[in-house]
Amino acid sequence: MWKALKNIKNPSQTWTAVLLSICVYAWILPVFFLGFLQIVKVAFSEPYIQVPPYKDILTHFSWEAVEFKIYLANLYDLFNEKLYVYAFWRSIKIAGLSTFIALLVAYPMAIGLVMMPKRWQPSLLLLILLPFWTSFLLRVYAWIGLLNTDGIINMALMKIGFISKPLEMLHTDFAVVLGMVYCYLPFMLLPLYSTLQKFDWSLIEASADLGCRPWASFRQVMLPNTLSGIFTGCFFVFIPALGEIIIPILLGGSKSVLFGRVIWEEFFFNRDWTMAAMLSIALLFVLMVPIYLAQKKGDL
Amino acid sequence: MNGLFPRMRGFLILGYFFMLMPLVYVVVYSFNSSRFVTVWENFSFKWYPQLWQNQVLMKAAGISLQVAFCAATIAVVIGTIAAVAYTRFPTMRGRGFLSFISIAPMVLPEVVLGMAFLMAYLVLQDWVGLPKNRGMITIIIAHATIGMAYAFIMIRNRLRNFDAALIEAAMDLGATPLSIFFKITIPIIAPTLVASWLLVFILSFDDLVVASFVSGAEVTTLPMAIFSSIKFGLTPEINALAAVMIFILSIILIVISRKLTRKHEPGLLIQAPEEE
Repeated sequence: MWKALKNIKNPSQTWTAVLLSICVYAWILPVFFLGFLQIVKVAFSEPYIQVPPYKDILTHFSWEAVEFKIYLANLYDLFNEKLYVYAFWRSIKIAGLSTFIALLVAYPMAIGLVMMPKRWQPSLLLLILLPFWTSFLLRVYAWIGLLNTDGIINMALMKIGFISKPLEMLHTDFAVVLGMVYCYLPFMLLPLYSTLQKFDWSLIEASADLGCRPWASFRQVMLPNTLSGIFTGCFFVFIPALGEIIIPILLGGSKSVLFGRVIWEEFFFNRDWTMAAMLSIALLFVLMVPIYLAQKKGDL
Repeated sequence: MNGLFPRMRGFLILGYFFMLMPLVYVVVYSFNSSRFVTVWENFSFKWYPQLWQNQVLMKAAGISLQVAFCAATIAVVIGTIAAVAYTRFPTMRGRGFLSFISIAPMVLPEVVLGMAFLMAYLVLQDWVGLPKNRGMITIIIAHATIGMAYAFIMIRNRLRNFDAALIEAAMDLGATPLSIFFKITIPIIAPTLVASWLLVFILSFDDLVVASFVSGAEVTTLPMAIFSSIKFGLTPEINALAAVMIFILSIILIVISRKLTRKHEPGLLIQAPEEE
């Protein structure tokens, strides 16, 4: 639509564009972009007990000589320290599993939503947004009360005689995956809903007329046509899940070592900022792939 | 239409049960008189006054409100500038980079963001001596930057559906770009501005990870206070707090949906993007 305005050549417009961009850059570059450069620098610095807890890689000796020292032990540890490698693969597994389950849960829900009468849909969406807007921390907190050994779910199951002694649900991987699916479900549901809304249902009818069974028309017609929504949804679930800290700490217990949590603990408990910086860079590198894919295939 | 797809409506009920059950649980148990959050004793209202008297939580809530207010305001202003620059000048050089760097804070994980902000503050402190110490200001700046990404996307989507003929008409009648912006653009996109302000406000009010990185020792936001009290164990006060927050949020959400968003816009956060 704005393309129509392109023809109007006005030198003051160029200046306005430049001025507006400068305003934005003046904010983002110092407070955000600079931080990334500094993370790279700190990742290659030597940890040292002082404030902040690392040695600068550039040490000024005099006006003539500058000592330049790169500390590579962190890079070595990143690939060789068992804890980091283990936490990395575990995070990929748990985030991938959570994304997959969220997709399995959200897709039928999105179809159900689209199938509902048009005038109900806004209210139904509101009900999805309600838990989504409620404090993340409090949603995770609610699950502690539900999953505890003396929690509601165990109590209910024992009352109906389904189990004789409480199940150990809290502080397991099950709880972590459940928490992630629960917290990130709206991220999956909303893009799926918006692509399904645009989906042309006469295609399904056409495929049925041509002899497709419902499952086949789902697989061959609907699924390929909603791929962009699937990509966007998976992306919005996988990325936060990979760096998740709160859920493994509160629901996963002490054994649940995930990558985001390792960074958190290196930073706050070990006070090893250099290693935390190195791990963040690793996380960024890994995330490049899904971010790239999402921008290409999904609609961001 | 064949039977499989309408049957998914049944699945929707299960899905809603899954999504809303924890909230219902929290609200119901906030009226429990027992000190233990999992044992139902009697109906009681006592946790609400107790919450009100909890100095730590109330002070943290005050700080969080101030932070969220400032962060949302800054985020909407910068987000609007970025969105206008992005949509209004399609031929601008570096437009892709502008969009990339404006969205980046939204797609990166919180741990990395928190660390990046902290590092940036340390460097700035070294170079120009500002910010003097970490506290509310640094949290506001961090939240505003993250919120800006969300505001940018929402306002950009709104501007894309904007009737360019209005601008052309105003230009033909001799309006200056500035008066076009304030007299035409702003009033038309006002609902989106309010919606994105609320979104950033809620995101900021909810943030634990980034705030933990960039806040100093003295400043505790509400999520930080909640987090440390949860680690000590479950208390019904937190249930009461959750119930209060759910109540306020429901009202805000209903107001937004009634007054602000148009019918075909599904969500505040993820709107159906328009084809270019």
